[in-house]
Amino acid sequence: MSAGTSDGAELKFRDPGRARELTAALARLVQSLGRAPVTLMHVCGTHEQAIARFGLRAGLPPALRVIMGPGCPVCVTDLCEVDEGVALALQGVRIATYGDMVKLPGSSKSLADAQAEGAQVEVVYSATQAVDLARASDQPLVFFASGFETTAVATAAIVLAQPPANFSVLSAHKYVPPAMEAVARLPEARVEGFLAAGHAAVITGFGLFEDFARRHRTPVVVAGFEPLDILAALVKLLEMIRDGEHGVANAYPRCVTREGNRRAQDSLWRVFQAVDGPWRGIGVIPNGNLQLREEWAALDARRRFHIDVSGLKQAAQSELSRRCLCGKIMVGLVEPTDCPLFGRECLPDSPVGACMVSSEGTCKIWYQYGGRPDLGGTA
Amino acid sequence: MCLGIPGKVIGIDGLEATVDFFGVTRKVRLDVVDEPVALGDYVLNHVGFAIRRIPAAEVEETLKLFAELAAAGDDQDLLAADLRAELAATQEGKK
Repeated sequence: MSAGTSDGAELKFRDPGRARELTAALARLVQSLGRAPVTLMHVCGTHEQAIARFGLRAGLPPALRVIMGPGCPVCVTDLCEVDEGVALALQGVRIATYGDMVKLPGSSKSLADAQAEGAQVEVVYSATQAVDLARASDQPLVFFASGFETTAVATAAIVLAQPPANFSVLSAHKYVPPAMEAVARLPEARVEGFLAAGHAAVITGFGLFEDFARRHRTPVVVAGFEPLDILAALVKLLEMIRDGEHGVANAYPRCVTREGNRRAQDSLWRVFQAVDGPWRGIGVIPNGNLQLREEWAALDARRRFHIDVSGLKQAAQSELSRRCLCGKIMVGLVEPTDCPLFGRECLPDSPVGACMVSSEGTCKIWYQYGGRPDLGGTA
Repeated sequence: MCLGIPGKVIGIDGLEATVDFFGVTRKVRLDVVDEPVALGDYVLNHVGFAIRRIPAAEVEETLKLFAELAAAGDDQDLLAADLRAELAATQEGKK
């Protein structure tokens, strides 16, 4: 925005010389492609946090768009999934869940609303803490679990570690690769390359993306979270686009391998199966949801409890939520600042859409780090 | 929620490791890490579970960003706040 922003951003780099080299390379590469804009998508809230926090967009060439796709697991948790958690809580079942889930709006209520009506909703940071809560009492406890494959692995490990009989899981876990498929098939998104999330790839391995890259003729680069890691990954992605390489590159080799973490994958798929399911604002993603396998029915809150969400449905959406653009933001079609509610009716303390709720939501990240972060006059 | 944080293993008891994160000692589960973990190794942790043993040669580079974030105390800083949440996901360890 101001000249001061880009100066400030540069100071945040540990190696400003290297950052300058990388941004100069980005400018040269975009120019050599001879078209504008060139759109690259990342699918990780932590990448967006790092991009915004370190002011990386200030240094990008104007013709390069780096946008966030469906990379916020809380944001894509569907209304009907929130309704299930709220209904259970209102039925008197004690719920444990990750912090960002509490304020997430359902059809008519959030878990915070249920809590205000007397329901027991506990915030935990890990599945282990949810199990500890269950152990400390005889009361049924449902762990309302959200998160992508990285986080689902922790839930799987808990399921495999013989939790107490009063413990069960309401899974809102999602699997990212099918959502990348969905975005790649959207012609209007015009994504020319993907940055894959580093810590999800620690689990899945980068080999998982090779077939995707070939089929969609779209390169994928696995990126870390250091500002310089992200810039280097963007350079690699543009080089692959220039050279017509439709493969996968690993720009985060210190944490990611081709095979990934086999033991974690084994736990994940022993406990969960991928099923078609709704992602908020996006629609049904084939194989996008992680559901507990039949074998673990006793630990599956959906099989264990009769969950009646009918009282929570509303005939019509509120005027505000009709104007919310979260769905389009999450597939990269528009930016938070294109939404008429952003920073006005929709704020972190009174969110309308899911993207303003979670610390990994695009809107909350943009709001928190200063509106449209560090676009440095490129808008 | 897809952030992992690195720490140094200073104790192991079965499937539970005691890990030092930037001076804070915490318990971390070893259920899903895919390589044998030994004292002195660095592991990447996510929501209370070690998900990767970080090769020794790569440790320093990985730690820099996180050490910087761990020192940031601003609640408005979402990246630093998520890192603190990751630490909170591990169990209190013995000092």
